[in-house]
Amino acid sequence: MALESKTPSGPIEQKWSKHKFDMKLINPANKRKYSAIVVGTGLAGASAAASMAELGYRVKAFCFQDSPRRAHSISAQGGINAAKNYQNDGDSVYRLFYDTVKGGDFRSREANVYRLAEVSVNIIDQCVAQGVPFAREYGGLLDNRSFGGAQVSRTFYARGQTGQQLLLGAYSSLSRQIGLGQVAVYPRTEMLDVVLIDGHAKGIVIRDVVTGQISSHAADAVVLATGGCANAFYLSTMGLAANVSAAYRCYKRGAFFANPCFTQIHPTCIPHTGEFQSKLTLMSESLRNDGRIWVPKNKGDKRPANEIPENERDYYLERKYPSFGNLSPRDISSRSAKEVCDEGRGVGPSGYGVYLDFRDAIKRLGKEVIAARYGNLFDMYQRITDENPYEVPMRIYPASHYAMGGLWVDYNLMSTIPGLFVLGEANFSDHGANRLGASALMQGLADGYFIIPYTIGNYFAGVGAKNISPDRSEFKAAEKEVADHIKKLLSIGGKQTPDMFHRRLGKIMWELCGMARSEQGLTKALQEIPRIREEFWKDARVVGGADQMNMSLETAYRVADFLEFAEVMCVDALDRSESCGAHFRVEHQTAEGEALRNDDQYAYVAAWAFKGVGQRPELHKEPLQFEYLKLATRSYK
Amino acid sequence: MNLTLKVWRQENAQARGRLETYEAREISEHMSFLEMLDVVNEDLIKQGLEPIHFDHDCREGICGMCSLVINGIPHGKEKATTTCQLHMRHFKDGETITIEPFRAKAFPVIKDLVVDRSAFDRIMAAGGFTSINVGGAPDANAIPIPKADADKAMDAAACIGCGACVAACKNASAMLFVGAKVSQFALLPQGRVEREKRVRAMVAQMDKERFGACTNQYECEAVCPKEISVEMIARMNREYFRAAVKPQASAKAVGA
Repeated sequence: MALESKTPSGPIEQKWSKHKFDMKLINPANKRKYSAIVVGTGLAGASAAASMAELGYRVKAFCFQDSPRRAHSISAQGGINAAKNYQNDGDSVYRLFYDTVKGGDFRSREANVYRLAEVSVNIIDQCVAQGVPFAREYGGLLDNRSFGGAQVSRTFYARGQTGQQLLLGAYSSLSRQIGLGQVAVYPRTEMLDVVLIDGHAKGIVIRDVVTGQISSHAADAVVLATGGCANAFYLSTMGLAANVSAAYRCYKRGAFFANPCFTQIHPTCIPHTGEFQSKLTLMSESLRNDGRIWVPKNKGDKRPANEIPENERDYYLERKYPSFGNLSPRDISSRSAKEVCDEGRGVGPSGYGVYLDFRDAIKRLGKEVIAARYGNLFDMYQRITDENPYEVPMRIYPASHYAMGGLWVDYNLMSTIPGLFVLGEANFSDHGANRLGASALMQGLADGYFIIPYTIGNYFAGVGAKNISPDRSEFKAAEKEVADHIKKLLSIGGKQTPDMFHRRLGKIMWELCGMARSEQGLTKALQEIPRIREEFWKDARVVGGADQMNMSLETAYRVADFLEFAEVMCVDALDRSESCGAHFRVEHQTAEGEALRNDDQYAYVAAWAFKGVGQRPELHKEPLQFEYLKLATRSYK
Repeated sequence: MNLTLKVWRQENAQARGRLETYEAREISEHMSFLEMLDVVNEDLIKQGLEPIHFDHDCREGICGMCSLVINGIPHGKEKATTTCQLHMRHFKDGETITIEPFRAKAFPVIKDLVVDRSAFDRIMAAGGFTSINVGGAPDANAIPIPKADADKAMDAAACIGCGACVAACKNASAMLFVGAKVSQFALLPQGRVEREKRVRAMVAQMDKERFGACTNQYECEAVCPKEISVEMIARMNREYFRAAVKPQASAKAVGA
């Protein structure tokens, strides 16, 4: 199957405007004849559901949390980028476009990224009008800060809770539509399958997690906004229930999975402390604006940080990348931390940590200024570690954080299944092989507020309203498959909990498909994952029944999907025999240890088609053309 | 450390609940409270018993999904801390800990420690928004907002909607939650356009959900993990009074 990106022709600055004009419209009176299902109520899902409802489409929104307000977008701390150039420091749509493509190491689609940069300015307007309390300056105008990988100050923020505030903004718009009866919301429901009718996605099968009841919902299109798959690593910065199941079920029904190996490892998280740990906590990257990252120059230096004199400290990011220093992009910062720890210079009990030190910033600006900027983050750090970061440097280490890869979508955000649209982190389209800081919130809201409302109309106008009944045989068959799968899980009757398998999988993924990957390691992972999966189906223990709230069962079906999906990640990582962005293959590096891309052979999107569990998926390539930006080696020196 | 837990178990909304006793063995002081419960649950599953159900997700104190009344206090006795951010170093070896769900008529128990807080969502749907559609917003810097107002609005907006305020209140009042949302919008020019309509609609829905009224005990502020101030309640009362003395402009549903 040929992958058609459906990128409009014409100059890049005009593509989106031209496309908006070319797309078919549905007249206001007819819009209510069309319905859409939105799965997930994070930034992408809530904004999509609200804005489609505002247009007059009938929308059903589903989330597994107890309220749409709790989706994991809420955890984003640092900020959201927009090319407003309010700071008069040389920003522009073109610069944001350039930075994002370059930051993604030239593995994203130019036209999509340009559109993202273009609509970024509208997002901020929309959020302010919703009452999002962004940080302001004394004159009453919006404040900005610079953020990892950017030399301009284009990041808007609301203390250390930007994701929360943007999500509550989208949730308030969604709530308004719920109140008006334009959106029906289904919290505590989990999507367990997508249903195709005549090749088009026309509904989903869900499980009500309170009653265990399995039912179907039909609509004219399905919009998936179910977030990323970073919990394949078990420990990550994701919420505990975040999973790949919805996207993975779509993949099994024919949606291609693009660049699954592109997973971001965030450089500033609180280090791992023990086997019992359930998640890793991110410390906002904004801390890198004032904190300096260092390790002792000497191996095994166990002195307390404050007793190590200046000349025995190695500020390795400042040393290696003088122009970006502590603000170097995430992939580079993470890998550098791993390198110094592998050399034996890491700090903390495990030796897997580096210092993030505010001593100089406190000296320069005073404790009050630092407290005003980062107070809540410092408190959070102290709560978790019992150490006071005003007095001793924070200890940080990289952790799995974000999936740049996701279901393949064309320029209209439609997957290879017609009628199935994928938004936000769940798609692959905008961040290439590495996402820049403060760009995830931007992409989620761009997709939901400003792109899907147009492109879904074009799809509807093309296929017409079908008014499909969820009682059709296709739905009943899918419901039965879901029920059988659950029955099978409940009847394994083994000895190990699903979490035990998840932890084992996570360890393999972190070690062999994490910050540094090799042919040998990935081959080993591809042997071990099927073994764990086989053992899971023989020895997992899932307690309780199907017709009740059953968190053991919920964990089990998520873990079962991760045990299949992880293999696709490793296949992709092995197949991409180059280093780019977050994907670092040790075989491909420069003499200085920097990532070495291979544009002649790998300047494409790898989109994988499902061929059966345990079978090698089939690779489809979407070649990437760079008409505006010259393929260049990233340099942050 | 080793602990004894007395945990509220209840099969479903209709069943009668009871406190059951469990032993939590070899708990590290670095664990969070929920990680301690994870350990207990893994043991239960291995024995073929149903794990203790509780709501949780982000485990970094921001999603508002975790709850629990720990030794009689919502989110436990540490100040400004959600249950997921409460660490075991605050407990003593050999201690007995009682764990119950948030209790309020408007928050019925679903199972064990899981409660239904959808009443909060219905209050939000009644008026917790500005009635603007995507597309028409003016430039974000078109209306300057004094920094002090923006900061106060942010203090209000920091609410995570966990419901601890309701669980701590002897009247099961939701006025801190509603007051925070009303205040956020009343402090910003974008929200002032609909201030009367909003406060009337949200308070009416709050009453309909059978939350009680505030009698100024400030238990809500004391347990709030985000330290939302009871000033929010005072501001909501002012807004409500203001709306009451202003003639109602339109009977149309808020948001329409």
